[in-house]
Amino acid sequence: MFLSMNWISDFVDLSGLDKIELINKFSLSTAEVENEIFYKGSDLSGIVVAEIKSIEDHPESKKLHLLKVDIGENELVDVVCGAPNVKVGLKTAFAKIGAKIGEIEITPRKLAGYTSNGMCCSEAEIGISDDNSGIMEITDDVKNGTDLKDIYEIDDIVFEVDNKSLTNRPDLWGHYGIAREFAALSGRELKPIETVDLSKYDGLKKIDIKIEDPLCYRYSGLQVENINRNTSPVNMRIRLFYCGMRAINFLADLTNYLMLEMGQPMHAFDSRKVEKIRIKRFDKPFTFQTLDGEERNIDENTLMICNDNTPVAIAGIMGGLDSEIVDDTTTLTLESATFDAASIRKSTVRLAHRTDASMRYEKSLDPEMTVTAIARFVKLLSDYDNGIEVVSSLTDEYAYKYDKVTLEFDKAFVDKYTGIEISDDRIINTLSSLGFKAEQSGENFKVEVPSWRATKDVTIKADIIEEITRIYGYDNFDVNTTRSPLYPVRMDQVKSDEEKIKDLLVKKYNLHEVHSYVWAYNDEQKEIGIPVEENIKLANATNPNIETIRRSIIPTQLCQIKSNTGYAPTFGIFEIGRVVEGVDENNLCIEKKKLAITVYSKTVSIKALYLKLRDVLATLSSDIKHRDLTFKKAEPEHSFEHPVNLNYIILDGKVIGKIGIAHPVVAKKIDKKGSVVYAEIDVEEFSSVSNAGIHYSEPSKFPPMTYDLSVELGSETLFADLTECWKGVGEDILKGVKIVDTYDTETIHSITIRYEFSSNERTLSSNEVQDIMDKIIENLNKIGVSLRK
Amino acid sequence: MEVIRDNKIKNLKETLEKELSSTADLVDLDKIRVAYLGKKGSVTGLLKGMKDLSHEERKEFGKKVNELKSSVADTIEKKKAELKEKEIEAEIKTMPAFDITTPVDVAKGSYHPITLVQRQCETIFKSMGFTVEDYSEVVTDYECFESLNIPKHHPARDMQDTYYLENGQLLKSQTSAAQNAIIKKYGKSLVEKGTPIKAIFPGRCFRNEATDATHENTFFQMEGVMVDKDISISNLIYFMKTMLSEVFKKDIKVRLRPGFFPFVEPGFELDINCLICGGEGCPSCNRSGWLELCPCGMIHPEVLKEGGVDPEEYTGFAFGLGLTRLVMMKYGVKDIRDLNSGNLKALSQFTDDEV
Repeated sequence: MFLSMNWISDFVDLSGLDKIELINKFSLSTAEVENEIFYKGSDLSGIVVAEIKSIEDHPESKKLHLLKVDIGENELVDVVCGAPNVKVGLKTAFAKIGAKIGEIEITPRKLAGYTSNGMCCSEAEIGISDDNSGIMEITDDVKNGTDLKDIYEIDDIVFEVDNKSLTNRPDLWGHYGIAREFAALSGRELKPIETVDLSKYDGLKKIDIKIEDPLCYRYSGLQVENINRNTSPVNMRIRLFYCGMRAINFLADLTNYLMLEMGQPMHAFDSRKVEKIRIKRFDKPFTFQTLDGEERNIDENTLMICNDNTPVAIAGIMGGLDSEIVDDTTTLTLESATFDAASIRKSTVRLAHRTDASMRYEKSLDPEMTVTAIARFVKLLSDYDNGIEVVSSLTDEYAYKYDKVTLEFDKAFVDKYTGIEISDDRIINTLSSLGFKAEQSGENFKVEVPSWRATKDVTIKADIIEEITRIYGYDNFDVNTTRSPLYPVRMDQVKSDEEKIKDLLVKKYNLHEVHSYVWAYNDEQKEIGIPVEENIKLANATNPNIETIRRSIIPTQLCQIKSNTGYAPTFGIFEIGRVVEGVDENNLCIEKKKLAITVYSKTVSIKALYLKLRDVLATLSSDIKHRDLTFKKAEPEHSFEHPVNLNYIILDGKVIGKIGIAHPVVAKKIDKKGSVVYAEIDVEEFSSVSNAGIHYSEPSKFPPMTYDLSVELGSETLFADLTECWKGVGEDILKGVKIVDTYDTETIHSITIRYEFSSNERTLSSNEVQDIMDKIIENLNKIGVSLRK
Repeated sequence: MEVIRDNKIKNLKETLEKELSSTADLVDLDKIRVAYLGKKGSVTGLLKGMKDLSHEERKEFGKKVNELKSSVADTIEKKKAELKEKEIEAEIKTMPAFDITTPVDVAKGSYHPITLVQRQCETIFKSMGFTVEDYSEVVTDYECFESLNIPKHHPARDMQDTYYLENGQLLKSQTSAAQNAIIKKYGKSLVEKGTPIKAIFPGRCFRNEATDATHENTFFQMEGVMVDKDISISNLIYFMKTMLSEVFKKDIKVRLRPGFFPFVEPGFELDINCLICGGEGCPSCNRSGWLELCPCGMIHPEVLKEGGVDPEEYTGFAFGLGLTRLVMMKYGVKDIRDLNSGNLKALSQFTDDEV
């Protein structure tokens, strides 16, 4: 919304004050002002009133005329002019020699052989409207040669307020409300708005108005006749134009002017079309033609203004074409009303038609304003067109009144909320300047909220704090830390595990943390052969590529791997992100937090890559939980899983995730020659397992003994099967088992296992070690594992 | 006879010296040692024929041979040390000088920049006694709106284009969706023990909007709340200023403007002076010298009440910091979409950046 400093100054005397500083203050205390401030008229000088005294056709040009104009000097001035509306006696805007219009300085100039000593200007040329159809026509009785700036408000400072920052302030949708803020910020007085006393028309007939729907709060009307003026006064048109509105005709301009001044939208009907004003909704949908000529679909929730049963306007949004003022209209009916804000907002959304009126109604306008607006309207109307006649009494249906809001609080409340000292006087003065009735008795304050703030904006004590502090200025606040007591802070277990996981993966394994989206990517997944799995969908997705919430992060990561294959011959990515595993019995999403790791290599064998990833997982577990992981063969459930080498990851007896290799169909699409392995674990499950802690054991003072055993394994035998063979056999002296060598040929898979024995009590004898080893060998034989020949 | 024997010793010594002087090798030296001192060595050989000598002579000669033995051993040891030293010297000489200036190949993983900035913020707030909370991404209408004083059809809902799910739940459009749960979680301890509620909750947020270089439908925020008996606007400004100065490692100028958010009253928009131009005005800050960074305010009494905390007794502040925005400002990321792209050419640069 554009605001004119001239207009504001109608209501508060800001003379002698730095306007720009005030606007900045307004931005910090009231609502955000856009950066660009417009200094209207600042690039304009030397424009005077000129009267055309004679006109001759240009001998060689059909368009051009040779004029002699009177600019209040001794001699007439010769001017060449191409405007179609030149006529003798017309007063217009004239740029003298030496005048400045923007970057241009007016000098004597030859036009088709004749010298023009200045220029007749259109309104658009001097920037006071967008009318460029001809030169300006000045109808006011002004002396030739008068500087235009002396008679018209061409000089102005215009600024723009971000409408979004006014959502909660119905009172700021007109200049008068803005002026109230400037008054409070500058410490100057707000002038009352000039109106006519409508009670003098009380004897006249009433208009037939009935509110038949609770969505209409108040409906005030007045009938007027004999409007003769057609064009609005220049200053009014300038203000409208500076504030972003086009002048149309006097009546339309005046309703717009009123709206920009007071924030009250008004509408004028042809009285013949609204003999019985009824405000209601209809049972059935229908179409309705608004005054812009559009056919609009009206449903049963849309509040309508009707002439008995014929709709004539969409309440608060736009009038109908049929009831518009036309050439033979003699009597007009003014509407000044208030409607339910939510209803107007919903209708606006439904109709996809937002107007300057509906924008204001959506903010919960002050119903107290309707009558004042009419009184102001009549005042301006009669000021500019003194022949007008009011032909009805003010008819005012007031169906719903907001409750008066009175708030009480004490000084301690203000002190506590602000954390600074604001004096009692300052509190009272600030509130009074904003129109609140504030009283103090002792430590207590009682504040009556003015109607224009009480519709929704100021309803609780905390709202009063805002009023006091924003005018006080947040820049003026003393800034202090709290005096709250301190208590130890315990880190959330999941959160702290997450950080450790990230550190290990990044620092120890050089993996890269990535982020992605919580939905499956249809197109990207299709490209690597992973159809999107059925899952809960977004209800209002605008992009079909992102519709279904993902069940696993792995498909996402496989897509990311594909787009990064050129990054390095070997790399891995990880993410801690969310998935949704369908819905539970209450139809609520089962959301899981997962750690997904995917590793790719062009050079490392798939086996080495897979076992490396296993080591990564085992490290997470041993480092963070001091526990070992185990694995168990898993059955494939997802299309991206290779059925071989798919294993559950088990921690403390709980399945916490899966490790696998990419299905060949998928892997080939990612990279024909590359290998891709992945793992996904449930972070919350992982985290819920307690840290087993460090179990310190005294280092043995006796020499250890080792025993190497080379065995041949069948293709089906797992190392885990072998471990069963020495479980419980070594008693307490078998301290460690590891593979020290592997030997593979086409037919033989053989490993050398080193057993480490030691005791804290004694030096071990080779006999006792041999006894244990014999038992182990016997057990191995039982499961078909033989010693290497 | 004695003279002959003495000569033998003398000759032997001389021969040894000659042999040693021409020896430059530890293996040869060992051969010499064996040749002199071994069981069949020449020094040992001197003792042959001793049985023919008189007791006196034998005693005398034996002594001389033993002296010879230790002197030979000494000489050889010395030579050995000398040779060893020479060998080390030679080794040092043969060591080529490597070109340390060749391009380095540093193997490093990387953190997502959000993690880095989030950790910085967390560190600062943890040092001030705040807990760090985690919250789901799918939330209910109650969590995201109702509990935050945004009833159905409230215009504030228009300000956020929310992603709704088929079951009526939604993807949280703001981290404030966790406020109610956090207040409830710690409210009891506030009321019963007087422990202030001090929590931050970073998280992913979602908005249903078209993406471009500066708009994303998935981004991170970090919400913070503090509730206690006397929390004031003055405190709020202090915490905001402190945190931002720590994050940017310089004194940051902040300013508050009134801002409307239904879950705070008063509500503010917090601006910081533009980091690029320092407040002079530049294209990045739209020539205003200020950047809008963080909506904040005093928690609305209805929100406290809904969380089970009496607003007559307690006050609190809340803020919602745009982590994604902060990352972009801090590291100069121009295209917001790079952050969720998984593009390692961009992301692998964020190795570590501890506070």
